[in-house]
Amino acid sequence: MAIKTLVSRITSGETTARAEVEQALTKAREVEAYHALLSLTEKRALERADEIDARISAGEAVGKLAGVTFVVKDNYLAFGAPSTAAAKILEHFDAPLQATIVEKLEAEGAICIGKSNLDAFAHGGSTENSAFGVTHNAINMDKVAGGSSGGSAVITALDVVSFALGTDTGGSIRQPASFNGVFGMKPTYGMSSRYGIVAMASSTDVPGVFARSAEDVALVESIMAGQDARDMTTLPDYFEPKTEVKSRRIGIIKETMTDDVDADVRAATEAYADKLRGAGHTVEEVSMPSIKHALAIYYIVVPAELSSNLARYDGIRYGRRAEGVRTLAELYGRSRDEGFVTENKRRIMIGSYVLSSGFFDAYYQQAQKARTVLINEFNGLFENYDYLLMPTAPTPAFGIGENTADPVKMYLADVMTVPASLAGLPAISAPAGESTDGLPIGVQVIGRMRDDAGVIALAGQMEVTDDK
Amino acid sequence: MSTITTDDVRHLAQLSNLQLSDDEINSLRGDIENILGYVEQLGEVDTSGVEPTYQVTGLENVWRDDTVDDGGISPDSLLALAPEQAEHSVKVPQVL
Repeated sequence: MAIKTLVSRITSGETTARAEVEQALTKAREVEAYHALLSLTEKRALERADEIDARISAGEAVGKLAGVTFVVKDNYLAFGAPSTAAAKILEHFDAPLQATIVEKLEAEGAICIGKSNLDAFAHGGSTENSAFGVTHNAINMDKVAGGSSGGSAVITALDVVSFALGTDTGGSIRQPASFNGVFGMKPTYGMSSRYGIVAMASSTDVPGVFARSAEDVALVESIMAGQDARDMTTLPDYFEPKTEVKSRRIGIIKETMTDDVDADVRAATEAYADKLRGAGHTVEEVSMPSIKHALAIYYIVVPAELSSNLARYDGIRYGRRAEGVRTLAELYGRSRDEGFVTENKRRIMIGSYVLSSGFFDAYYQQAQKARTVLINEFNGLFENYDYLLMPTAPTPAFGIGENTADPVKMYLADVMTVPASLAGLPAISAPAGESTDGLPIGVQVIGRMRDDAGVIALAGQMEVTDDK
Repeated sequence: MSTITTDDVRHLAQLSNLQLSDDEINSLRGDIENILGYVEQLGEVDTSGVEPTYQVTGLENVWRDDTVDDGGISPDSLLALAPEQAEHSVKVPQVL
């Protein structure tokens, strides 16, 4: 049900916030086998529902999301259960504050019922790197959920809540959205506050939403968006949902439609392009040669940044501390060895390597220059085209365990999503049919910086065409 | 292509404050070598005369008033997060 419809049913008394929360909790328990959630925030959720119902009964004003249920990816600090980032080092961490975004959503009456699974510290593309177990794909339990926001994608696809929050550093919202057949939005870098969200790579991390319609995405993003004095990287407010996009020029990037890409994925992307043409848009093939280097840039820049961000987990002021240690070096070293998963360690050490003296210029500096080349190519394309279209991922969801032995192969699942992250551009993954074996396929629409509303509206227009 | 030895991995682990087991060092050695082998393709990119990009939105010098703001969080609630506390301080093992 559309969020707007649900809110009007709750505020008009046809149903109650409490009934919504109870139903969501019941559904969450019914789908436990997917392991999409790490915790339920039942007590707090029911208390908040009763407060909202009391205000509605008293005729008081309630927000735009009154009684609407959601879950947070467990790297958002939120009350009601520990905030773990799916890592042992934060297993028992009870956040002393909530993320700005969670506060904003609660102020509009939305109710968080639980916290979703992720690759530990959001390092991964399958949710197999969680310290607390693998999440299963919503459509086929033998397949991965995608990641790193896999739990949020699955819980949205299973219709447990109205929307779910994720974070996207290199595709961690868009790729699991495509694997589970829901919408996933990565806003422009800086559109929404990251205060109270566990940092991974500070130059590309963005919070965003999973929902089952573009209209719901726009509504929730409109509440999440905005400048925050507690996050100095946020942009001045600009997000206004729009409904109309007419006669736009769209480039389909030919380097993302080669034989390396799954045939069903290419066919779905072509079909989406035809639908765009049918709706009056112009779709033409364009070339972006530097896109082939985007993944290599990403796997230098991001480990460098996260190795710095994860230095704070040292077992001293909060988090897990190793026992029986004798020296400070041993305390740090053992607390971190025990508290991180292998993928965290791999990435931290790559970051240490590319930042170390002697390698800094050849790796980190060269990657940041190649990033400029990539951004310049995006800018050149956006002189002639309003949007860019490509698959969200080169394949539908892969099998659980299929790529875990080979980190580079696992990283290749991000090859289509990292370019927009490195350039800070808004991008949405929209459902675009399914493969011959019934797995969802997503396509990605990328827009100019700050054109988040246009990206969502274009995806929404294709969805309406589907329904009618 | 870069060759990474187990001594290199030990050095990286030390730089990263990670105390790894020998098994972890052996398995991470191959992974790190493969990842670095993959990213070395960037050597092909012509970046002469190109400035690096460290941030994408061009924001600079974002100022705020220099006023005290505890963020609504009490020192006690932060202290309560520490693995060990004593005398209103974070307690750590002897380090010297």
